[in-house]
Amino acid sequence: MAEKTLFRRGPLLRLRLGLLLLTSLGLMIVDHQREQLENVRGALSLVVYPLQYVVNLPQEIVRGVRKTLVTQTSLIAENRRLRRQNLMLKTRSQRFAALEAENMRLRELLESSLEVSERVLVADVIALELVSPSRTAVLDKGSQQGVYQGQPIIDGDGIMGQIIHVNPISSTALLITDISHALPVQINRSGVRAIASGSGSADGLELAHVPLNADVKRGDLIVSSGLDGRFPAGYPVGVVTVISVDPGEPFAKVMAVASAKVEQAREVLLLWPDRRQSPDHPSSRESIAFQ
Amino acid sequence: MMAEQGGSAWAIPVTLLAAIVLTLMPLPDWAVAWRPAWTVMVLIYWCMAVPDRVGIGAAWVIGLVLDALEGSLLGQHAAGFAIIAYLTVTNHRRLRAFSWFQQSLCVGLLVATNALLKSWVQGIMGLTPNYAIHWLPVISTMVFWPWLYLVLRDMRRKHGIV
Repeated sequence: MAEKTLFRRGPLLRLRLGLLLLTSLGLMIVDHQREQLENVRGALSLVVYPLQYVVNLPQEIVRGVRKTLVTQTSLIAENRRLRRQNLMLKTRSQRFAALEAENMRLRELLESSLEVSERVLVADVIALELVSPSRTAVLDKGSQQGVYQGQPIIDGDGIMGQIIHVNPISSTALLITDISHALPVQINRSGVRAIASGSGSADGLELAHVPLNADVKRGDLIVSSGLDGRFPAGYPVGVVTVISVDPGEPFAKVMAVASAKVEQAREVLLLWPDRRQSPDHPSSRESIAFQ
Repeated sequence: MMAEQGGSAWAIPVTLLAAIVLTLMPLPDWAVAWRPAWTVMVLIYWCMAVPDRVGIGAAWVIGLVLDALEGSLLGQHAAGFAIIAYLTVTNHRRLRAFSWFQQSLCVGLLVATNALLKSWVQGIMGLTPNYAIHWLPVISTMVFWPWLYLVLRDMRRKHGIV
């Protein structure tokens, strides 16, 4: 019987394989253009969400156990440390409020407005996909919470990446260290502009097209310049680590390390940059043009 | 009807799910590149042992699920898994007769086929394929195969899946 089965199934099997391969090829081509398959991906990700949860479960359990086993003394110590930090931050934010008000006033005098308040939402990282060179994270907030494609995400230390897929209850973010990610930045000290692209490694960034004589030093803070109209300006992106100048090359090679704990962060902030700019204002037109 | 076919087959989806979980489980950095292709191994086993139940259709669906989970190009794993399942199903008799060493070699070859396909797709997409992440699993898969084979065979016999 088995012989007969095999004989009967041979050509049929090959036909089915051919059909399946054609379907996959079609899917891959359509998916490569991104936009069209968002619905399919959304539905699929809804189906596999429980799986993602299960994958994450052992880690969660270990963390939970660790949390319950914390001793009282370490809790007290942590509490004291946090209090001190809170006090420090409070003091700083008082000064910040005054500075912001002053900044607004000065900008009003100069007739240019500033993006002031930003809506934020805390999201948990439920999975990290760090198969080099692509680096993405799955977050537990989706379109139901108003997450949108291209939305910037940050952690406590700086910019982490942006949303590339939005599903009903989860979303996928491309991290700034991903090799296909780039964002416009500025050296905080000197104002030199550059493009920071991911290096595909754990926390490395590369600054592209930095002129040989540009004012860049080791240890310089890199902040987002906001020229893309996607990331808000002024958030830390990284710190310059290596500058290699080869007179034979047109540009200097500048490497940086990301400020955000790109691959360790458990909680991230989703930003809704609030554009409080009048539509007829030149700076808003500029940001639209850059989009 | 299930009993007629030979025992309840819940072990098949359960082991496949476990394999997917193992595939996605976070690992320390040094171990990531060495992660064996668990899903492919379990898939090959069931295609070899019960080709009438697990075939290219099931393999394709599992590949699609993995694509959705890993965020890779939709259809990338699906195509590779369908090819692996086809090769396994058409050669299942030969594979069953092989010694564990020969089997390991064949499984390594199948995983390598999948890795080749993956690096092609990545190359076409314009990404520089990372060779370690594609090819080291071939070695670890070959090392793990005999043990996984024993575990799955015992499971199959215990539950009488034919």
